[in-house]
Amino acid sequence: MFENVVYFDNGAATRLDERVLEAMKPYFFDLYAVATSQFGYSLGVDARDALDDARAQIAAALGASPEEFVFTSGSTESSNLALKGVALALGEEKGRHIITSPIEDFPVLYSARALEKQGFRVTDVRVDDTGRVDLDHLRESITPGTILVSIQAANQEIGTLQDVTAIGTICREKGVLFHTDATHSFPRVPLDVREVPVDLVTISAHTIHGPKGIGGLYVREGPALSKAGGTPIRKWMDGGFQEFGLRPGVENIPGAVGFARAVELITPEETARLQGMRDRLIERLLEIPHTRLNGHPVQRLPQNGNVSFRFVEGEALLLHLDMRGFAVSTGSACFSRSLEASHVMLGIGGDHERAHGSVRFTLGRFNEEEDVGAVVEAVADVVAELRRISPLGKE
Amino acid sequence: MPLPYSEIVMEHFRHPRNVGQIENADAKSVEGSPACGDMVAVYLKVDPESQRIADIKFESYGCASNIATGSIITELAKGKTLEEAKSITWKRAADALGGLPPIKTHCSVLAVDGLRAAIQNYEERHGLVKERVPTTVAVVRKRLKRVMNPMAGLDLVRTKLVEEIEVAEGKVRVVIDLPADHQFAANIHEEITEKIEPLWDVEQVVVEFTE
Repeated sequence: MFENVVYFDNGAATRLDERVLEAMKPYFFDLYAVATSQFGYSLGVDARDALDDARAQIAAALGASPEEFVFTSGSTESSNLALKGVALALGEEKGRHIITSPIEDFPVLYSARALEKQGFRVTDVRVDDTGRVDLDHLRESITPGTILVSIQAANQEIGTLQDVTAIGTICREKGVLFHTDATHSFPRVPLDVREVPVDLVTISAHTIHGPKGIGGLYVREGPALSKAGGTPIRKWMDGGFQEFGLRPGVENIPGAVGFARAVELITPEETARLQGMRDRLIERLLEIPHTRLNGHPVQRLPQNGNVSFRFVEGEALLLHLDMRGFAVSTGSACFSRSLEASHVMLGIGGDHERAHGSVRFTLGRFNEEEDVGAVVEAVADVVAELRRISPLGKE
Repeated sequence: MPLPYSEIVMEHFRHPRNVGQIENADAKSVEGSPACGDMVAVYLKVDPESQRIADIKFESYGCASNIATGSIITELAKGKTLEEAKSITWKRAADALGGLPPIKTHCSVLAVDGLRAAIQNYEERHGLVKERVPTTVAVVRKRLKRVMNPMAGLDLVRTKLVEEIEVAEGKVRVVIDLPADHQFAANIHEEITEKIEPLWDVEQVVVEFTE
């Protein structure tokens, strides 16, 4: 029923690659045991090996060692663990101040808000109208009581990339931990922890044609609770001693194996192909009158296009496109579960109107070149139709 | 199609009736604004003899529910007397559309408000308005009946979310029985302000939440 859908919402979820499923299958039906220690039964040892291999492979894609990478259930858990885990570890001894940006994705945004209720102070560092962080403001905002800076590597809606090296360098100079949510950039936009001074990195499989429900957190030198000199981060779920004691629970081995395979399948060639499509998409969308690009023109995710059409509302546009077989996303309040306009669009200084008519197109492996022309044509048509019935923009 | 909209809603969304402006309209209203989201414009042509709506058109800068409701109210109001048209409620429009998802009520109420405001505009222009009434708790409560609780698809008053109303010297204070960090708190806050602020003798609207 959905075979004719042209899917441009890969920032929300991606179609699983069959090769990922093939890699995962044995761990459902044959090697389904829990990962036991090396002294366990062979089924469990083999499961352990598979988990270790997956961990090593994903860690390597970040330039990290295996013991620096912890599997979680996805980016929401990873970012919660990063913020709340550091707050638990350092809140008493070092301070209760956290710095983040106003355009973070919900896990960071709401973890910070939850910590505020626990008495932590949260500073939103300023961003410009493309979503780039004001580095001077960041530097000024760091105080002796600051324990963590959490600023995303790439924005989920407008695709803006941050200069994580510059941010990390400032944090390092000031002796503050730096967490970045790289859910939307990893591994298409390289981030090597040997070059970027970052302590915690959130990643996920669901954005890269891997399975849902598996993600991870890079922890520099591993969590301090398992290793001297590690990153001060405390667990907040109690259970077994899995994942270096930081994240208890039966390991999701099929997920881990699928995640590793998904990472392996992302190539620079493919990313370049998506970027080419993205450029053509944006160029052609901007030919529609009264349309503007949201986010940074150059420093942006290779798979993200986001534009605002004036005088039309995003949910209406989205529904019309759905009827024509295209799936996209919008920052309009009418589309959100809280009936609030996108905090990202408002956070970069946009008004409700810009959020109202904003449409996000996120490309993935299964998009074809001809999809670009087709979606632009459909969008131009629908925008014209909605403008015809709009009270605005008539002159 | 696995959408939460009825076939009638989709039909009106796809092919909205009575779209556009009326030249030399007898009355016009614009509800909402681009700054706060949806916006609806309603134009009326009224037969002065019978006080019936001879022609009605609308324009929408809004989502599917907003467009569909705008379309259906023009059909419901056409040919009716002003008094009859005034009594068209959101509920009647929603029923005529085969129902609307609760979360979408706020977008659709705007279209109904648009019709009422256009009629009011006509009455004002033609000297049919009574004296200005001072804002009282009862007036505020009546207005709050037009603010939807997105969880229920019914208004705040009927769903008993209004804990307290206070009116004193141009200041209106409303207490809503929800936690301040509730999913819909910001939305409800904005909607209340939008409904109460335009009252002629209100200078300040304060919305508080119970937790």
